Amino acid sequence: MAPPGNRRPGFSRRAQYGLFFTYVGAISGALAGAVLLLVSAFNPPAFAALRRAVAEVITPVSSGLAWASDGVAGVPSVVGSYFAVHSENARLKKQLTDERALVTRAQTLVRENAKLRALLKLRDVGNEIVVTARLVNSSATSTRRYATLNAGLWQGVRQGQPVREAGGLVGQVIESGPNTARVLLIVDAESIVPVRRTRDGLPAIAAGRGDGLIEIRSAGAAAMIFRPGDAFVTSGTGGIFPPDVPVAHVVKPGRDVAVAEPAANPSVLDFAIVQPSFLPPPPPPPTPSPTPAATPAAQ
Amino acid sequence: MSGIEIIPFGQAERPPRARWLAPLSVMLGSAVTLIPLIASVPILPPFGLMMLLGWRMIRGNSMRVWAPVPLGLFDDLVSGQPLGSAMLLWTLCVLAIDVLDTRLVWRDFWQDWVIATGGVGFCLAAGRLFAAPLWAHVDTALLFQLLAAAAFLPVIFRLCAWLDRDAKKV
Repeated sequence: MAPPGNRRPGFSRRAQYGLFFTYVGAISGALAGAVLLLVSAFNPPAFAALRRAVAEVITPVSSGLAWASDGVAGVPSVVGSYFAVHSENARLKKQLTDERALVTRAQTLVRENAKLRALLKLRDVGNEIVVTARLVNSSATSTRRYATLNAGLWQGVRQGQPVREAGGLVGQVIESGPNTARVLLIVDAESIVPVRRTRDGLPAIAAGRGDGLIEIRSAGAAAMIFRPGDAFVTSGTGGIFPPDVPVAHVVKPGRDVAVAEPAANPSVLDFAIVQPSFLPPPPPPPTPSPTPAATPAAQ
Repeated sequence: MSGIEIIPFGQAERPPRARWLAPLSVMLGSAVTLIPLIASVPILPPFGLMMLLGWRMIRGNSMRVWAPVPLGLFDDLVSGQPLGSAMLLWTLCVLAIDVLDTRLVWRDFWQDWVIATGGVGFCLAAGRLFAAPLWAHVDTALLFQLLAAAAFLPVIFRLCAWLDRDAKKV
């Protein structure tokens, strides 16, 4: 199309000033954006309340879409299971009889284990669950990796709580609104999780790379060698993530730094489990009590 | 449809629906991030920005020059970028297109496409610098995001032109 050739809106002073002030508005808006950008760069949780308010309004849309897409995607499997139900029933019955002996042995072992742990006075790591909820959407256009959880303060979700699934760690709650929460996924480039190697307990740090993979950095000894297949679980250091949650396994060999694949794949995740922080945050420092001399005399 | 619309003498013309439809469609484009998808890399092209550039290219006077400021604020609130990023970058983009318009005599489809792709690329690259630390391995994903955006832009232009089909041809 042809751009407007003459940009003067006519002889009207009023129209000319109007056009001029739209440009003044645009430039001052851009400057305001730059100021907001600086504020949010130096203080990331600055506008959390605003984001939470918007998330409260739009997350139900997302949940509805998730519910609808699940319904559509579930149709083939529902039809398939209707026809396969008889053969599956027979197979499961056979499997049950086969595994009865194994279950009995496992039950004995569990009881024995509990007895031994009691003897050792081990502090059992709590496996409490705050809430089980869906991750309904994510920042798919941005280079940051946030997801929105369909549960918030009303369900007991607090800032800092770890989010996991059965297979492994997913992320950490960073902002919590009444009914929604914002989760920083462990694949985000600014996420850091203290981990240890399952094989020998070597401490390391799992930092997100931003491309869906995780970088394992050695935290203890120098010149550590990572081999493909090395599995890492959370170590519990720092008190946020409970210990022994699978985080990642190494895919490329490396020395001191290695590339790993996360254990949990949030894109195929049905439900995420929010757990309480492993250790409660430290109490706030005591405020100095005012001296009696400073208090004004009561009337 | 009915040929000529008769406006009684002394009454103003009905404003084209782009007046309200353009900002609304840009906001809907920003809200595409609401689809239930947990991405582990940036995979969706920035549809809000693409709609804005589409409207700017197809019908330059559909929105005021300052319109990218509130629209960018909304995009920042739903996209996960730091607040202010789209406010600043989108406005700079539109101002740059205004400057380009004073230099170009005529824009055809290919120039629209190149300019809009350049705008999307500028906003993606600068937004990446604002949001993610420099050592993040997101640049390959960003390149594919830009390619996807470039491939979608002609569709966006057609969509904007279709939404704007009630405009009077002069």
